[in-house]
Amino acid sequence: MSAITRDEVAHLARLSRLALSDEELDHFAAQLDVIIGAVARVAEVAADDIPPTSHALPLANVYRPDEARPGLTPERALSGAPAVEDDRFRVPRILGEEA
Amino acid sequence: MSLIHKTAAELGALVASGEVSAVEVAQAHLDRIDAVEPKVNAFLHVDAETTLAQARRVDERRAAGEDLGPLAGVPIAHKDVFTTTDMPTTAGSKILEGWRPPYDATVTSRLREAGLVILGKTNLDEFAMGSSTENSAYGVTRNPWDLSRIPGGSSGGSSAAVAAYQAPLSTGTDTGGSIRQPAAVTGIVGMKPTYGGSSRYGLIAFASSLDTPGPFARNVLDAALLHEAFSGHDVMDSTSIDAPVPSVVEAARQGDVAGLRVGVVKEFDGEGYQPGVLARFHETVELLESLGAKVIEVSCPSFTTALPAYYLIAPSECSSNLARFDAMRYGLRVGDDGTRSAEEVMALTRAAGFGPEVKRRIILGTYALSSGYYDAYYGQAQKVRTLIARDFEAAFGQVDVLVSPTTPTTAFPIGERADDPMAMYLADLCTIPTNLAGNAAISVPCGLADEDGLPVGLQIMAPVLADDRCYRVGAAVERALNDRWGGSLLSRAPEL
Repeated sequence: MSAITRDEVAHLARLSRLALSDEELDHFAAQLDVIIGAVARVAEVAADDIPPTSHALPLANVYRPDEARPGLTPERALSGAPAVEDDRFRVPRILGEEA
Repeated sequence: MSLIHKTAAELGALVASGEVSAVEVAQAHLDRIDAVEPKVNAFLHVDAETTLAQARRVDERRAAGEDLGPLAGVPIAHKDVFTTTDMPTTAGSKILEGWRPPYDATVTSRLREAGLVILGKTNLDEFAMGSSTENSAYGVTRNPWDLSRIPGGSSGGSSAAVAAYQAPLSTGTDTGGSIRQPAAVTGIVGMKPTYGGSSRYGLIAFASSLDTPGPFARNVLDAALLHEAFSGHDVMDSTSIDAPVPSVVEAARQGDVAGLRVGVVKEFDGEGYQPGVLARFHETVELLESLGAKVIEVSCPSFTTALPAYYLIAPSECSSNLARFDAMRYGLRVGDDGTRSAEEVMALTRAAGFGPEVKRRIILGTYALSSGYYDAYYGQAQKVRTLIARDFEAAFGQVDVLVSPTTPTTAFPIGERADDPMAMYLADLCTIPTNLAGNAAISVPCGLADEDGLPVGLQIMAPVLADDRCYRVGAAVERALNDRWGGSLLSRAPEL
């Protein structure tokens, strides 16, 4: 049995906001099946009582002083934007229905 | 000897004494880039004007009597994953084509403060995901030893530039081996510092709990000088370690292993390793013994599951990090014709802007993090990560450093593994445990494999914040091998 189906890959692509073509879905489904089959080996490690590590450093809540300091000017912040209007990022409509 | 063949330390001294100007040094390297770049393709961006302007500023500072650091006026090639305000930054991706960042990465700022002269931005696997630099959206980089082979990856432009004498130094980032593996397969030195020892601010994120900036050089001392120049605490990176930088330059100058306990990792041997790689590795272990080190075999059983754990953890973090490429604030936007929603534009842009490996990893990471699979994949991988850290801890209770081959094989032919992701992932087999545990490791050249005459790297791993041990052992190996060979390994590379 395969570890991952083409439909699952299509679902994951939707979740990841990737508009994949049919050819890409076929290709990735086959490759991901092999990769997931290989990485599933982690399940063979007996680790029930082992705590997880998310990070190599035991750090928590690192703050810097709460002091005002210069940030980016609007011009700089917008310098790479695909579209700009009135000192703001111009974006496509975000609501499902036409306003 | 021509300027391009000098070490970074020598070039810094020549500029400081005024024997040679920084402009002359920069021009010599720009000329070399002109001459060999058509064969190597190490750079995504070179701008002679910007480079020479930086060099002129160093010469002016010197003329004004300013006290310059040891690397002032030394040229450097900068991996195109660090933001630079005066050069485009693409991360090897079409989604950032032509982007000019509004701020400099901390590593970039520190290079500038040290008076290093940035020659340009180097090629890489897209978003640093890969082991061959074939995943770049801007073409492949070629290994100076054999132009039909890969220069390693993801920092393959940086390794090739240094090996091709286009620059004495370069920067890299190492998430699963992306500095050490390219260094090994191009016959140069590459160091992954302790995680948090070098700042990630302005480094375009791939897997934030693993990404570590580090240096490339043609010798151990030069790597240490660069390490010292850009490392150390940074308030802009909350995972940056607030502790002094280990004394790496002093260690590189000493290079003494007498009495040092060296552990040979038992698991990194045997099947899957090229015989010529193993032959050079075992000879180097004998060399360490002859130099007075005490060699002990060490077992780290969990290292064999490091690769699968990494290919769950790194894609999981990447799927989250790359969500920022949403076609709204910077970078590519595709399909915004006034009828499509923001979500549709996002999906079309990401499909057009990301290459196949990035898409594969985003999907794999989304899968590993999705409900129903999280515990079995991401959660379990995090537990394996704990076991790997414990294996290191136990090993470093017995020995001062661990050694292994840096890579299982020498540089493979371009195209050989391009459409076989699992075969590609095996290139990082020996380097990944260090990223998962966050400790330090270096790769230094240890000879040529008999089968193909290509470079082999020795990996030296040290505990967290014991980066100096990597340089101490690396320098000792380098000195002894250069004596044996009558010069550096790289001096045996064919003329380009």
